[in-house]
Amino acid sequence: MATSMANTTFRAIEAKGGYGYYALLAVCGLFLLLGAYGYFQMEHHGHVITGMDNQMVWGLPHVLSLFLIVAASGALNVASTASVFGKSIYKPLAPLSALLAIALMAGGLVVLMLDLGRSDRMIVAATHLNFKSLFALNLFLYTGFFTIVGVYLWFMLERRMNRWSSHAGLAAFIWRLTLTTGTGSVFGFLIAREAYQSALLAPMFIVFSFAYGTALFLLTLAAASSAAQRPLGDVTVGRLKNLLATFVAASFYFVTVFHITNLYFTRNHGVEQFTLVDGGIVSGVFWIGQVAIGYILPLLLLLMPAATLGRILVACVAIVIGGLAQMYVTIIGGQAWPLDLFPGYTASSSFFDGAIHNYAPSLVETLLGLGGFAVAAAIVIVALKLLHVLPEKLDDAALAPQHTD
Amino acid sequence: MKRLRCLPIAMLSLVASLAFAEVPKPVIAIENPGECVAAPDVMRRTHMDMLKHQRDKTLRFGEHGAKEGKSVSLRGCIECHASKKTGSVLGSSENFCQGCHSFVAVKLDCFECHQPRTGLVKSAGVMP
Amino acid sequence: MSASDKNRRREFLAASATVATVATGLAGVGLVALAPGVQLIQPAAAHDHGASSKVRWGLLVDTTRCASGCKACVSACNAENAIEPGSGRPAQNSQWIRKIELVEQSSGRAVSLPMMCQHCEQPPCVDVCPTGASFRRADGIVLVDRHICIGCRYCMMACPYKARSFVHEPLTRQNPEVPRGKGCVEACTFCVQRIDAGKQPACVEACKQAGHDAMLFGDLKDPASEIAKRIASTATSQVRADLRLGTGVRYQGI
Repeated sequence: MATSMANTTFRAIEAKGGYGYYALLAVCGLFLLLGAYGYFQMEHHGHVITGMDNQMVWGLPHVLSLFLIVAASGALNVASTASVFGKSIYKPLAPLSALLAIALMAGGLVVLMLDLGRSDRMIVAATHLNFKSLFALNLFLYTGFFTIVGVYLWFMLERRMNRWSSHAGLAAFIWRLTLTTGTGSVFGFLIAREAYQSALLAPMFIVFSFAYGTALFLLTLAAASSAAQRPLGDVTVGRLKNLLATFVAASFYFVTVFHITNLYFTRNHGVEQFTLVDGGIVSGVFWIGQVAIGYILPLLLLLMPAATLGRILVACVAIVIGGLAQMYVTIIGGQAWPLDLFPGYTASSSFFDGAIHNYAPSLVETLLGLGGFAVAAAIVIVALKLLHVLPEKLDDAALAPQHTD
Repeated sequence: MKRLRCLPIAMLSLVASLAFAEVPKPVIAIENPGECVAAPDVMRRTHMDMLKHQRDKTLRFGEHGAKEGKSVSLRGCIECHASKKTGSVLGSSENFCQGCHSFVAVKLDCFECHQPRTGLVKSAGVMP
Repeated sequence: MSASDKNRRREFLAASATVATVATGLAGVGLVALAPGVQLIQPAAAHDHGASSKVRWGLLVDTTRCASGCKACVSACNAENAIEPGSGRPAQNSQWIRKIELVEQSSGRAVSLPMMCQHCEQPPCVDVCPTGASFRRADGIVLVDRHICIGCRYCMMACPYKARSFVHEPLTRQNPEVPRGKGCVEACTFCVQRIDAGKQPACVEACKQAGHDAMLFGDLKDPASEIAKRIASTATSQVRADLRLGTGVRYQGI
């Protein structure tokens, strides 16, 4: 008998024995306060107190926020696999997936909007729109994401609307592919910088989102199952592990193709040499953070036989670290390499032409970026307690009865 | 216990009395009496729309605001209305812009970018 | 609060709403308005006075006359637009024009030239601005509407010439004719406040006064103008010409 939404009972987590839940919430609250502090300092004094400048225009807040936004789109993956591709084993996990997607997107957007030079002009941003700009289009895509995924979540939790949930799931799937294409194209559309200007960035970000989102979903699921004392079944975890390994391998493939193509173009030799060899921190973050910790280590941990839940979760953490490293290389590394205005000439000026641009994040922008993670975590933690999004039973008998022996 | 029933009423009265207490109307110094762009009651109600409309005409279309011989630029307003004491439209609640705006609690965004002081020599470079 | 005060408030709100609607409607005349604040670019011919599309302002830099080490244009720009070093790192200072010292890698030949906003015909900064604050005036000058700039800095990422700067801290010493402030992006305006008064940009005048006369400013669309004649007769080039942005600034001698 296949699992279906009608047969699954969802129940909110109860805080048994009290303190653990509220302690976690208090930690989130602390980071929210620190994030607010970072924001108000930046808003009052201006970006002069940050590590960003006219050369390094986007910094750590954007690295963290874009990671959250890309992961948000990918976190919907489990739900899409259930609703769009009909893998009924994931259906009971779909509401948690949708919730996580909303939470991560909220966290990412908060940081992005609060980093604006004129964050008091959000109404202007919403009412004056240049439709040729990806940022303006993203405004619709991001707010639409909340609406569509919210509706999807509602359809999944409300039994009378269950029959529409696959339609909402399809809409959410298409929407989030468009959204992540838009996010990747934020960089891909920029002709100015050698590290970007590639159509590959859009699909690459989609594949990244699959990996980061699924990793964060697994981590959240494991945490929720342990907090609710509803043990996870091996078959479900095994299926998710294989899915995750596929996405990590695909990410690795895209990054390889991207760099090999760039290496083929003589004019891009400079930026590739910088990113891969002598870029100092950027090269280090690329090879150790993105490749070794983000791709190779997780693949080993996930594909070697007899994977335990502990090993899989370590792999998930490694993927998250790799994702942050990838965003760092893309955003910071992409800006560090100077623009080549005069090919064949060596340039120097008081505006740092021809010079590698360095970046050291300040405390306030780090706090702001971490505040985004706190927003996402707080939403998940509160929602798990208030809403019935987690299945009552997470073991194989409940989620994958046809696979148990 | 019975006395506690008076507590909400007492608190409400206190808050209400603070909220509805009369704040004295601003006393604004008019430095250059004469005719403004339009009558004072019209200006009071519509200056924000005039400014918003004119700013787009000036910036986007290069139309620098001559209307029936009067200068309708923000710079024109500042030059005429700036306080002789502070040399600016900001600085005290007797000042022209700041006085009313503090009274109605409407934040002035203009002077994040626009120079509120007057009497500065044009195109002379960095100001004191 | 007396009853008459309350009534006056209601009248004020109603009147403001009416005037705001009328003003929005007036602002919409000549523009195709989809919704309040959402506008399509209107044809330049709708406004005959002020900036006109019959004119296209351009700048020609003769790098053979540009002296290495001379910063007259930079100083003049800073003085005219009241640009001062800030209290932060030098990398956070605004720079609307800069002198670039170039050395050709194969021959060792040294060239010096000023670099500023190129006032492109197809500006990437205008394409990417989410609010439309970055815009191109009818006469070709690319400007930032700081009333609606939200400070996202996407235009700074998109500019192929790194022409734009971001104001990192509160300013109080602005030139009354050049409003600039914290949190907004800015760049060379071709001294629009001077051009609209019939004068030349500050950098061009300063270069002339310094005796180098390396910069020539004028109307590219006027065949009788000095700059148009020079471009028609001498070899000039646009920086990053392969991007096909149609820059208004051209260089001679590189």
